[in-house]
Amino acid sequence: MSRRRSDWEQRPQARIRKWYKEGFLALDEEIIDHLTQEPRHTHLQEELIEAQQQAESSRQHDRALALERMDQHNMLIWARTRGRKAISRFHVVLALALGLLMIIFLLDTVAYMPRFGDPNAPGANEVSRRYIEQGLTETGATNIVAGMILDYRAFDTLGEATVLFIAASAVLILLRIDRNKDGSPVQELIAAESDDQHYEPRNDRILQGSAMVLSPIIFLYGIYIILNGHLSPGGGFSGGAIISAGLILYLDAFGFEKAGRFFTYKTFMWVSFFALSFYALAKAYSFYCGANGIPSGIPLGTPGAILSGGLIMPLNIAVGMVVACTMYIFYALFRKGGL
Amino acid sequence: MPWSLLYENLEQTVAVILFGIGFSILLLQRNLIRKIIGLNIMSTATYLFLASMGYIQGRKAPIVTDGVTDLAAYINPIPAGLVLTGIVVSVSFTGIMLALTVRLYRRYRTLDIDQIALLAKGEDMA
Amino acid sequence: MSFVNVFLLGMLIVCALAVSLTRNLLTSLIVYMAYSLIMAVIWMFLESPDLAITEAAVGAGITSILFFVTLKKIHAIKGDSEREPTQK
Repeated sequence: MSRRRSDWEQRPQARIRKWYKEGFLALDEEIIDHLTQEPRHTHLQEELIEAQQQAESSRQHDRALALERMDQHNMLIWARTRGRKAISRFHVVLALALGLLMIIFLLDTVAYMPRFGDPNAPGANEVSRRYIEQGLTETGATNIVAGMILDYRAFDTLGEATVLFIAASAVLILLRIDRNKDGSPVQELIAAESDDQHYEPRNDRILQGSAMVLSPIIFLYGIYIILNGHLSPGGGFSGGAIISAGLILYLDAFGFEKAGRFFTYKTFMWVSFFALSFYALAKAYSFYCGANGIPSGIPLGTPGAILSGGLIMPLNIAVGMVVACTMYIFYALFRKGGL
Repeated sequence: MPWSLLYENLEQTVAVILFGIGFSILLLQRNLIRKIIGLNIMSTATYLFLASMGYIQGRKAPIVTDGVTDLAAYINPIPAGLVLTGIVVSVSFTGIMLALTVRLYRRYRTLDIDQIALLAKGEDMA
Repeated sequence: MSFVNVFLLGMLIVCALAVSLTRNLLTSLIVYMAYSLIMAVIWMFLESPDLAITEAAVGAGITSILFFVTLKKIHAIKGDSEREPTQK
C-alpha cells in the first residue's frame, strides 16, 4: 500500500485536481440551481465580504478556514456570471474545428482513391468475376445481388435478421406496458390507451376511403416484390418494409381493434420465431451438404421462372416476414405501448 | 488540394463532406432528435462512399438479361450487398434510439441533453 | 458527370445543412425525408436498383414514420394542447 506524502496538499498535482473538481462542481451546482429554481447559494456577496473580514482576524485556524471560504465563493460568483458562457463558446468552437479537421483529412484520403468508374480498380477482383460469371449457373438467380446475399453470403443475412429481432426485443423491453397477472389492464395501460385515442382520427372519411383502396394494392405490391426477389430488383427487405407500410396505413385508418382481428401479439411472436428458425435450419442444411460434399437435393430450376433459384425464394419470404413484423411492432409500441 | 481529382470522384467527396456535417450536427446540437438525425446522415454518407466504389463506367446494373454473363457487362455487385445489410441495421438502431428518447422525455420532461445530464447528476448529489 | 448528378449531390449538402439550421423540429424531419429521397435517386445513378428500392422504402418510409410518431409522443408538434419540450 502506498502512502501519500505529508505535504500532498501543497503540491501542484493536488492543487490542479482541486481546482478542476471544484470548478466544475461549482458550475454544475449553478446550472442545477438555475434549472430546479431552488437557490442553494444566496447572498453570495455578503458571505464573501464576511469571509474577507474574518480573514483579517488573528487566529491562524480561523484565517485558513476563511481563506478557503473566500476561494469557494469567488469560484461560485465566476461560475454564475462568466463561466457558463465561456464554456459553451469553447465547446462550439472546438466542435466546429473538429468537424472541419475531419473533413480535410478525409478529403486528402479521397485524393488517393482509384478513379471513379475505373474498370481496373482493385475492388473488381476475382471474387466479383466469380459472382458474375458463374452466379447464374451456381445459384439459379437472375438478380446477381440477391443471389449473392442469399446464397453465397447467406450467413451475413442471418446476422442482419438477428439484429432486427434484437432491436424489436429491445424496443419491447423499453416501451411495452405489461398487464396484471390475471390479464386485467394496469392503470398505466388505460392511461396510454386513452391518450392515444384522444388524438386518433375517429372514422375519418378521407383516411378510411383511401385506406380501403390503397391497402390491398400496397400488400399486393409488397408480396410481388418479395416473390420476385431473385428475378428483378427488390428482395426480402424492401418487400417487408412495403408490407409493413400497408399495415401501418390500415392501423391508422381503422384503429387497433379492427387491425387486431388479423394481427395480434401472438401473430407477431409466432411469425418472427418461425421465420428466423426456418432461415437458420435451411442454411444449416446447406452448410451440412456443402461441408460434406453431398449435393443438396434442392433443384435450381430454369433461370427466369418464379420457382427457380433453389432456396432463395423461401429465404426471401422468411426475411420479408421478419422485417414486416418488426417494423409494425415498432409502430404499435410507440403509439400505445402494446398491441 | 488537387481539385480536379476531387471533382472526378465527386460522389466520394460529397460523401466525406456529409460525414463531417453529420458529425458536427451530432456534437453541436443539444436536442436529442437532431442528434439522431445527424447520426443517420453520417451512416447514409458512409453507404454512399461504399457504393460508389462499385460503379464502372459504361456497364449496367447486375441483373442478368438475355443470358449475358460476361464480366464486362455488369458493375461490381459486392459493395451493393454490403450496403443493403447496412441500411437495415441503420433502421434498427434508429428505432432503439427513438425508444430511449421517449423514455427519457417521460422521465425528465425535456429533450436537451445538457439539462438531462445535469438533472440526473443533481439527483445523484441530493 | 451529367448536370443532374452534380445538382443532386449539391442538394444533398444543402439538405444536410438545413437539418441543423432550422428552428422547428418538424421542419428538420421533413428535410430529412427529402434527403432520403434524393439519396434514393442517387443510388439509381450509381446503377444499383436494389439499394434504391430499399432506401426509398426504409429511409423515406419507415424511419420517417418512426420519427413522426416519436414527435407525437413527446408532444413536439405545434397545435397540440398543453406541453411542448424545450427546443435547441
